[in-house]
Amino acid sequence: MTTSEAPAVAVRGLRKNYGTLEAVKGVEFDVRPGEVFGFLGPNGAGKTTTISMLCTLVNPTGGSALVAGHDVVRERDEVRRNIGLVFQDPTLDGYLSAAQNLRFHAELYGVPRDVVGERIKQVLEMVALWDRRDAKVNTFSGGMKRRLEIARGLLHSPRVLFLDEPTVGLDPQTRSAIWGYINKLRHTEDITIFMTTHYMDEAEYCDRIAIIDHGEIVVIDSPEALKASVGKDRVQIQTADDETAITALKERFDLDAAVREGMVTFAVASGEAFVPRLFSELGVPIRSVSVSRPSLDDVFMNYTGSTIRDAEGESGASSVMRAMARR
Amino acid sequence: MATGVTAPGVVRVRVPGRSVRHDLRAIKIVLHRELLRFVNDRTRMVSVLVQPVLWLFVMGTGLSTLISGRAAQGVDFRTFMYPGVIAMTVITTAMFSAGSIVWDREFGFLREMLVAPVGRGSIVIGKCLGGGIVATGQGVIILALAGLVHVPYSPTLILTLLGEMFLASFTITAFGVSLAARMKNMQSFFGVMQMAIMPMIFLSGAMFPLANLPTWLALLTKINPLTYAVDPMRHAVFSHLSVSPQVVDALNPGVHWFGWHVPVALELGIVALMGAALLGVAIAQFRRTD
Repeated sequence: MTTSEAPAVAVRGLRKNYGTLEAVKGVEFDVRPGEVFGFLGPNGAGKTTTISMLCTLVNPTGGSALVAGHDVVRERDEVRRNIGLVFQDPTLDGYLSAAQNLRFHAELYGVPRDVVGERIKQVLEMVALWDRRDAKVNTFSGGMKRRLEIARGLLHSPRVLFLDEPTVGLDPQTRSAIWGYINKLRHTEDITIFMTTHYMDEAEYCDRIAIIDHGEIVVIDSPEALKASVGKDRVQIQTADDETAITALKERFDLDAAVREGMVTFAVASGEAFVPRLFSELGVPIRSVSVSRPSLDDVFMNYTGSTIRDAEGESGASSVMRAMARR
Repeated sequence: MATGVTAPGVVRVRVPGRSVRHDLRAIKIVLHRELLRFVNDRTRMVSVLVQPVLWLFVMGTGLSTLISGRAAQGVDFRTFMYPGVIAMTVITTAMFSAGSIVWDREFGFLREMLVAPVGRGSIVIGKCLGGGIVATGQGVIILALAGLVHVPYSPTLILTLLGEMFLASFTITAFGVSLAARMKNMQSFFGVMQMAIMPMIFLSGAMFPLANLPTWLALLTKINPLTYAVDPMRHAVFSHLSVSPQVVDALNPGVHWFGWHVPVALELGIVALMGAALLGVAIAQFRRTD
């Protein structure tokens, strides 16, 4: 696999306002050729708006972005020719068959006629839908539709494949199948993958992730480096009286705890060694305790001050913003 | 254009730059999809037929008992209605085709078209040609009923009507697409469509002859663009009937501007010009929604 040195995606000071709402506040990043780059953040953080700008669907308010070396505003058609898109919401024609949907795409993208048939077979086989090629898409399950969309996004051999929440709303089995295809892709096609997700476990598959919150990039690094940067273990306890326990943790150990997912949660270095002290000095009966190594959840919490699920609860603007970005 | 291989057995596609050939391919596939959708959707085909058949055989038969013996000596009222019913069928079908753009937007497929590296023009032209062909196809079913209302199956008549039907349906599809470009859901599109189409059909001469009308009504029928699509069809049908000149005057008076009989060629020109202008509006609407 050969990769050129120029970044696959180069973003500088990219901004988008919807009226007074600042959806994206000047983000900057480079995506290296051939990598899987993840945008991680709660719904409403600006992920879909950013991806829509990179895909030429939404005009930026300010800043610039190059995709496959082409400017997303000035060289829109060039960008479009070089990208594949898989949206959060399906964009298939349910009354056509799988093969007809792909044929439509090939014609619209001007795929040379002599390779259309072969290429359609190839991408359908990749997502294990070749046997169902003549079935109407309406008869497909959600997972099959998503697989077909991935096949379609790859049909014209894009330089960069954009996946906006590719596994949202799918069952775990289909989710892992889709990750299987994405991993296979990296070996069979010379392609860069840019994806958004709000699933922590999926972000682990990425080479690098950017954590985005309230329209700003908080940090960019590999999942391993991000986890190492947290340093502390996560301790979760169930107590008879959470309020008192939180106060006691602050007073006696100088630890900031909060109720996350129904348990008193806090981060501390060498968590296992801390547990005996906790039992003897907390002064509140403890029903259960769990200590875990830092996960991306902790990374997220460390950088943004809340867990991704809590962050989603607070952002009422998210659906409005997505509706605007979607048009 | 060439293909290379990046891994065993993988075809790497090189997508060529923008060209007229590419735009034509895009027009063709959008058009092709319209036809596929029409052929696959039997319910729609049947539902669009119910209305004209009702008009022709229920309303037409009922009204003919009132009218026969007076103005229409020897001409079945249904024969008079026939070109109007063709126009109605074609218009309704064309509007449905245009409305599918709203449907495409609701179900996301429009997005697939709008992110493709092709001009908005290709997509809109493909859609309008598709709508035109589909509506003409639907009109063919009404053409087949000609014998039942004493209209002869003459090849020249059929060819003339086919051409006029296509012209009318292309124009109406362009009108519908320019309406649909900004619509977000089907309900509002159909609301607007009813509001626009009903008066246009009523005032087009599809249901009653445009002779001896009160001034205000005569004026409205002359402003109505649809009048110029319906009149040539009626003219074509009447030129293949053998009826007395008085009957022709009563039932096929043509359109007059200040006493001047507007020739069929000019009427068709007006429809074609409107079609081109509406197509331009529709393309501009889609460019603006970028």
